[in-house]
Parts: sequence; structure tokens; C-alpha cells
Amino acid sequence: MNEKVNITINGVPLRVDENKTILDAAEELNIKIPTLCYHKDLCVAGNCRVCVVEQVGTNKLPAACATPVHDGMEIMTNSLKVRNARKHIIELLLAEHNAECTKCYKNGNCELQELAAEYKIINQEFMNLVADHGCTIDDFSPSIMKDDSRCIRCQRCVRTCAELQGVNALTVAYKGSEMKISTFFEKPISDVVCTNCGQCVNHCPTGALIEKNYIEEVWEAISDPEKHVVVQTAPAVRVGLGEELGFEVGERVTGKMVAALKRLGFDAVLDTDFTADLTILEEGTELLHRLKEALVDKNPDVKLPMATSCSPGWIKYIEHMYPEYLPNLSSCKSPQQMFGALVKTYYAKERKIKPENIISVSIMPCTAKKFEANRPEMHDSGYRDVDYVLTTRELAIMIKQAGIEFMKLPDEHYDRLMGESTGAGVIFGATGGVMEAALRTAYEIVTGREVPFENLNITAVRGEDGLREAKIKIENPVKEWAFLDGVELKCAVAHGLINAREVMELVKSGKSDYHFIEVMACPGGCLGGGGQPIPTDPEIRKRRMEAIYAEDMGMPIRKSHENPEVKQIYQSFLGQPYSEKSHELLHTKYLPRERY
Amino acid sequence: MNSTQTLIKDLARQYGRDRRNLLPIIQGVVEQENYISEFAMIEIAKELNMPASDVFGTASFYSFLEHRKMGFYVIRVCKTIACAMKGTNQIMHAIEDMLKVKIGETTPDGKFTVLQTNCLGWCHKAPAMLINDEVFTDLSPERVREILGEYMRKNR
Repeated sequence: MNEKVNITINGVPLRVDENKTILDAAEELNIKIPTLCYHKDLCVAGNCRVCVVEQVGTNKLPAACATPVHDGMEIMTNSLKVRNARKHIIELLLAEHNAECTKCYKNGNCELQELAAEYKIINQEFMNLVADHGCTIDDFSPSIMKDDSRCIRCQRCVRTCAELQGVNALTVAYKGSEMKISTFFEKPISDVVCTNCGQCVNHCPTGALIEKNYIEEVWEAISDPEKHVVVQTAPAVRVGLGEELGFEVGERVTGKMVAALKRLGFDAVLDTDFTADLTILEEGTELLHRLKEALVDKNPDVKLPMATSCSPGWIKYIEHMYPEYLPNLSSCKSPQQMFGALVKTYYAKERKIKPENIISVSIMPCTAKKFEANRPEMHDSGYRDVDYVLTTRELAIMIKQAGIEFMKLPDEHYDRLMGESTGAGVIFGATGGVMEAALRTAYEIVTGREVPFENLNITAVRGEDGLREAKIKIENPVKEWAFLDGVELKCAVAHGLINAREVMELVKSGKSDYHFIEVMACPGGCLGGGGQPIPTDPEIRKRRMEAIYAEDMGMPIRKSHENPEVKQIYQSFLGQPYSEKSHELLHTKYLPRERY
Repeated sequence: MNSTQTLIKDLARQYGRDRRNLLPIIQGVVEQENYISEFAMIEIAKELNMPASDVFGTASFYSFLEHRKMGFYVIRVCKTIACAMKGTNQIMHAIEDMLKVKIGETTPDGKFTVLQTNCLGWCHKAPAMLINDEVFTDLSPERVREILGEYMRKNR
């Protein structure tokens, strides 16, 4: 039990845990103190100073985010002294900030702009120093753009990259007025260990770090009558998009999203969940093959544990940090890339459309998907498999641009042929989802029975812990998989690359005996992805997660292998899971990269 | 293994491989090589098992841990106010004129680099400059020409 202390904030008495900060305490009283460098996902930095408050009886203006309460403390959050100080702080930040807001991608969704609006910073009291800084713009990466002239040096991005992801692509370099957020040796982001996860973009309070957007390119494709523009939507988009368009956090907007996409002018609105189901069949089969080859045939070239390969941030992370474990990655492409490869082959053939006339667009909660689509490996259809990747945020911008009243849209259904999905496909959007979906299918393939969990909900792999483990015992398998009788399948689930490192170190040390590992680069899985609405914090991730599992429960089919369109594609096009045709289109290889 | 790698391994052995030993290791490299190269930073990062970006962040914070290739003699002329009032301008002109380089540049033979520095603490004997670790004060353009002439005759 924590000791309680008595304090007052703006004259209101409050009894509060002594380990709380002034900011936490004020929140309990529903008093808002503005913040910039503070973020619920990150450690306290206390460097921007906009959260200063007055401590009565002292000369101090402590930073509310970084100062713990103590007994008898009297705090004023809105005294004249505080207002003046705060206003000056904002003005000073703006003096070093490229405040051409109308020419900024984050215009309308910028924490600094909001503060400036709130405090009505109209006159420029301080000399503007932006021009003196010689700021650079880095737009070499297909995923992320960095504009130092918009940076307020709050270091949220640096803390994000270090604390949530353990990647440390960004650092604080130089000092004083020359201090800047930099990569190693000020190289372009595309040349360093960056995984393109976009968590820095999601945590940046200004327009200093943004996704590279492809909105205009997509509008152009849509307006070209020669082109058949196909769009796919990732599972996590439907539980995030509503936040950008007026709905409460955690609202599922699947039907409205489909309706909006049709109104935007896409020729076919299809579902990445379809290829998520396909991924399960390919990846589940691959796992069973690997188990057979490793346990029965004792083939030394077959590596266990097998790791999932859906998250492109995780793929690039392992390429940089653990290249010796690349053979452990499932050879399956991510659902996005499977979809892309099939759109310009299977779909084109069935629909009798020339693949060169198809533009394939995907809506992803992710910035790393932009990089993934740009990989030279991803041209197995004979064309670029996925032409443009938009984030959830970019889709919201397009919907607003089109003048669509999103909240009033009717619910509509995905188009057919690669639009059918199951609950198993939906849960790809949450950490543990790929594992759960794979287990639902693999267990049934092996034993002929459903997984022994109530309502198929494998709760052991769900949740918010960074690293979770689960075991599932295989009993009475069918004849083909008899060698698995009594085998306890050991699984691990990690999300956030800092936890990926933990699981990889366990594997490396030989202390673990996992068979199957799921890793998602972003905290919470894709629902907390770098391309999701800003803000994203622990509470918001939790609500989106509940929405994902509710969506799963609401689906009539909840096992990937029962998806009728998946059955159909194997019958008419791919043959069977893990076939030669599958390998040609749906599987790939990755390459080691430099760690430094 | 080249000499930089050997040097870094020796330094890591001497100071230890904890993160907190980063600074003395960087200093050790700068002492030997006059600057810390990209290559050296990566080697340190490997040796200490830490992100290369953090080595860069730390090195770039300190003015005297240069990460661009420096000449054999690094001339640092004080740019702060006491020296400025006593004629840093003329000192700078004399140096640039004699070495035919501007601030921040290195002579083509790689012998001299000219930089500016913050206060050296010799305000009472302004203007002042450093050549590597040696301080020169009460400078005048004639005195600078004299000093540099001696350095130019010196072997490395």
C-alpha cells in the first residue's frame, strides 16, 4: 500500500498516493495541465516545460509531469505567474519552430499548434531562429519523413525508439542551440537500423516526423478510367479509423469504412483478412512441416522455433539485429503482400482484367508496410505487387477530402473474390492474434478436433504483457500427424520490439524450447501500429483490442480453414497449402542487413 | 584487425565494457587519432554492445571530441566576447591568410585545422587560442605568424 498525502490543487483538497506526480494528481481532479514532451507510453523527460505549475509558498515553477507530490503541497495550475510562464515557453518553442502551419502535413493534428491556439499566441515576441538552424529534411525513406525545422526537441521519438522498440535509430546529438534529433552520423533514416515501424511518427507531437503519404498518387489512380483500382484493408484499420472521423475510441467501423471506400471510387473493396486466413493455412502448414522435419526426420537445416513474418517492422528488425536467425522466420509473406501477389494474378485472371491495368492499394495501420511494398522481393506477380500503401490516418484524410459524412454512412459489405474473411483473420490486428488463429487451424488439422478452449478463445495468448507464453498439448492426432501425439506445443508471443529482443535473447541463450513465436513490432500489435490514429496510448490500445475480439466473436466463421473463398482459391488456383504455386507467389526470403 | 580496432579493444579492456566507460574510450581514440571516425564509433558500439547512434550522440555533444577528420594540429581560436573585443578578428585573418584555409577547414597537407572555440578561461590575457593542448595568449597578428611559422617548420 502506498502512503497517502494531502495536497491542494487550485484550492481543491485531494488525498493522493505519494508516488504520484502533480500531473497525475491534477488528472484525478479533471484539471488539464498542457503537456508536450510527456507521453503515457514513455518515461518522464521534463524538458519542454509547458506543464509548469506554481507551488504556493516557493519561488519555483515545477514541471508537473516530473515532480512528485508531497504532503501539504499547494499547487496552482492557472495563476497569472503560471499563465505568463507557460505562454513564454510556448512562444520560445515557436521561435525555433517552422510555424508555417498551413504548409504542414500535421496541420489540424498538431499538439504544438493546439497549444498555440489555446494560448492565442498571435504576436511574435521572440526573434525567429528557424532560418539560422540550417535544418534538413530527410525524405529518402519510403515510410517516414523527418523535418528538423518542425522539431521541438521534446525527444519523444528518441524515447519511443529506445524504450518501446529498443532499436535506437534516433538519438540526441550536439548540444545547446545546435542540439538536434539525429540518426547515427546524421545519415538518412533509410540508411540506418530504423525498422520503419512509425512509432516515432505516432508519438511526435508536431510535424517533425510524419509518414510519407501517397494520397495524391491514389487519387490520381482512382481518377484514371483505364485503371482498375483495388483496395485491401488490414484488420486493425476497422477498429481505429472511427477515432479520426468522430467516433469514440474502440468503435468498430468495418461497414462504414467499406461504404466510404466505395464512395471514394475504388473499383473493388477487398479485405486483407482474406489473405490473413490464407497466411494461416500457409504458415500453419509450414509449422507442421517444420515440426515433422525437425522432430522426425532430424533435418539440421530446419530451424525451430519458427517465427511469424507478418510484421514488416519485425522483419527488418531481425534482418538488422539477429540476421543469424533469418532461417527461423516463416517464409510466408505478410497478408498485405500475399494479397498484392494474388490481385495481379488470381484476381486478374478471374475478373478478366489485365494485371498491368490494376493498381493495388492497401490501407494499413502501419508505416513499415510502405517499405515492405517497396522491397525488390515483392514483385512475384510480375508487377509491383502492392502499388501504394496508405495508413489509417491517410484514409481518414481522403474521406474528409471527399466530403463524405462518415458517421452517417450505411454499413456495406466487402466485394467478393478476396473479400471474405473469418474471425481468425480479424484477430491478426491484435498481439497474439496470429498465434491464436494459427492454433485454431493447426490443432484441427492435426487432431481433427477444435481447439479445446471455450468459444475457440485461446485467452492464454491474449493480453497486454510484453512477452507471453502458452502451451497446448496435442492428444490423439489423426494418423498423418501421429508423431505429434503427446507433444506439448510451446508458443511465445511478443509485441513491441523491446520484447522481441527479450524473446530472441531467450532463444539465443538456448534457455527456451519454443516451437512457435509470434512477434509484432508495435505495442499491442497492429492495432497500436505506427499508422494508427494519433494519439495512441495504453488505454486506447486496450479499447481497440476489445473491439478486435468483439469483431471476431461477431463473425459467423471463426477459423481460417473454413473461409469459403480460401477453399475456393486452393481448389481453382493454388492447389494446396505449401504447394509450388504457393511458394512462387506467397513465400519469400529476407536478407541480412548491417546492425550498425 | 587494423590499428583503430586494436586501439579500441585495448581501451575497452582497460576501462571496461560498461556503457559508463564510453567517454574515456572515445577520449582515448581522439587522443590517438585526433578525431573519432564513423568507423571507430561503430567499433566502439560493437565492443560495448550499445547502439551506434548513442556513441554518435555522446561524441557530438562534446566540442573537443571531433567526429570529422582533423589536421595533425588543431587550432582553436576563442570566439567569445573578451577575445573578440581584443581583436580575434585580426587573429583569424592572420591565420586564414597564412594557412590559406577558412574556419572549419583543413590544410591540403593535412597538417592544420582551424576552428573556433568557446571561452578558454584566458580572458585576462585575451585574445587566446589553442593548438592541440597548448595555450597561446596575448596574441597579435605578428605573434600568430611567429607561432604558426614555428609549427609549419615542425615535423608531425
